[in-house]
Amino acid sequence: MANPAFALQAAAVVIAAILIVVLPKFLEFDTILQISLNFAFAILALSVAFVWGYAGIFSFGQAAFFGIGGYAYAAAAINLGDSTVAIALGVLAPAAFAVVLGYFVFYARLSSIYVAVITLVVTLILYKFMGQTAKPSYMVGKAMLGGYNGIPAIPPINMPGRPDLYAGPNEIFVIAGLSALAVYVALRLLLRSRLGRILVGMRENELRIELLGFDARFYKLVAFVIAAAIAGLGGVMYANWNAFIDPHVFSLAFSAQPIIWTMIGGLGTLIGPIIGAFVLSTLSLELGTQQTIDINLIMGLVFTVFVLLVPQGIVPTVRKFWSDRADARTAPTGKEAKRHG
Amino acid sequence: MAIAAIQILNTMASLALISLGLAIIFGMMKVMNFAHGELLMLGAYSAQFANASGINIWVAMFVVAPLVVGTIGVMIERLVIRHLYGRMMDTLLATWGLSLFITGAVTMTFGNITRGISTPLGSFEIGGIRDSSYKFLIIGVTIALFAAIYLVLKHTKAGLIARATMDNPRQVAAMGVNPGAVYTATFAIGAAVTGLAGAIMAPLTGVLPTMGAAYIGKAFITVICGGDAIFAGTASAAVLFGVINQATTIMLTPEFGEVALLLGALLMLRLLPAGLSSLFPKRAI
Repeated sequence: MANPAFALQAAAVVIAAILIVVLPKFLEFDTILQISLNFAFAILALSVAFVWGYAGIFSFGQAAFFGIGGYAYAAAAINLGDSTVAIALGVLAPAAFAVVLGYFVFYARLSSIYVAVITLVVTLILYKFMGQTAKPSYMVGKAMLGGYNGIPAIPPINMPGRPDLYAGPNEIFVIAGLSALAVYVALRLLLRSRLGRILVGMRENELRIELLGFDARFYKLVAFVIAAAIAGLGGVMYANWNAFIDPHVFSLAFSAQPIIWTMIGGLGTLIGPIIGAFVLSTLSLELGTQQTIDINLIMGLVFTVFVLLVPQGIVPTVRKFWSDRADARTAPTGKEAKRHG
Repeated sequence: MAIAAIQILNTMASLALISLGLAIIFGMMKVMNFAHGELLMLGAYSAQFANASGINIWVAMFVVAPLVVGTIGVMIERLVIRHLYGRMMDTLLATWGLSLFITGAVTMTFGNITRGISTPLGSFEIGGIRDSSYKFLIIGVTIALFAAIYLVLKHTKAGLIARATMDNPRQVAAMGVNPGAVYTATFAIGAAVTGLAGAIMAPLTGVLPTMGAAYIGKAFITVICGGDAIFAGTASAAVLFGVINQATTIMLTPEFGEVALLLGALLMLRLLPAGLSSLFPKRAI
């Protein structure tokens, strides 16, 4: 592992971590809030980047897992008054949901189109279902689910066992940022591992992986559950960002977001979807403040054009452009040779 | 009891009606049209707009809506779907981008408010319970549409060419038929049927830019649980889920009706991954 590229990557991670810790001292309050939200979205984007880009499972449901994570955290934090168990539940609840859903879709060997449809339908139903929970009968202990009004005043993350020492906006920024970074590093390591290689192999050729003796159903389920847990962590950060969560996280427009970030940023990369999340969610916030052009119209148009014209997304396209130029510089005939070879 | 029977029949018919256009496009062309809900919505808007402009309600529903949405279908096929045949996942993504685009465009044009069409036909009464006679219209139109499309596909030359094109486009092209034109026509017909369905459902639900989302869950489940046989599969799935949905709705709430529908679908696909079609003879359509 002690090669120069690895050292460079490790250094980049350390620098990113230092930046995340130091930056809040220099940024304006609005910027801190905006970037904290982007960190939560980056975690969601990583979840899609992993399950779709590497395991080859197209799931509409990652926003739903994000929402379940946020709701689970909210309900647990309100009831327990301490965030430690609540964070764990925010990750485990969507993972458990994914185990059940994934068992049905993957062990039935449904085609990828059907998996896409089922995950979309689950998201739609969660939206409707959470929307009608305004009645007092929908209480989880002390927490009112509140229907379309959502859950307000969610307690923020606190020091384990010390509810009086809770995180303010600056600390949430650091926690969310380091979480996103940790998820990124963990996924990088996972993709280098045996499991990661099996997943990518499955994406490339499922039959071959099965003939080599791996149960594709099981590995799909594993990838699906890992991605759900990641999305749930994102949801926990989201619930902390504004101390609020409502059913719009299950809406079609919101479910669209991480898929658009991933598609446009670059499918099959981890950094592309993160960039996509930062740029596009900031952009849609800016566009949301004006009234002339509907945000769905722009997002839908951009997305459709990308599917038609740039299906690999930005990061792989840029990388290819650079490597082509590097090829051309080092070996003038390299491109020719490739074309003929 | 009679009322409950009519309600269940009505739920079945509504499910079949909103799913038929999707079933045609998916079954024939293997294109999962994620903009299906928006085609329903456009049908509803066309009928509402035409009716509000003074056109007779029946003309608005049965002529204007299918024509408008069929035309939009031609545009979608030519501009987007055409470039993505054979790439199922990409057609799904592109149509889904389109669904966001159409929702945005309609929101900008008509505003994010609910418009209504008054329900024609009045009401009937059985055993002291009143209900809308419009339910009979939905049941009748659904049966007529299924019968018409079945007859066209099975017993006309156009239907034969359509089925042959889906089976083997190269062979059909060698015999002098342009497969591209057949694809466009098939997509347009699927879209027109969807527009008609949206228009017919409009008086019951109101007309809203985001109304598509209320339909697509049910329509997708009905079609994928139906499986390969477009008509037999979709119709039998609509019957099955109509009973599940309406029974749960009567016993609990409409939200639980949808949850029950999804659970039923998951369980069914676990047992019959190829959908209800696998219970029918191989040549059924």
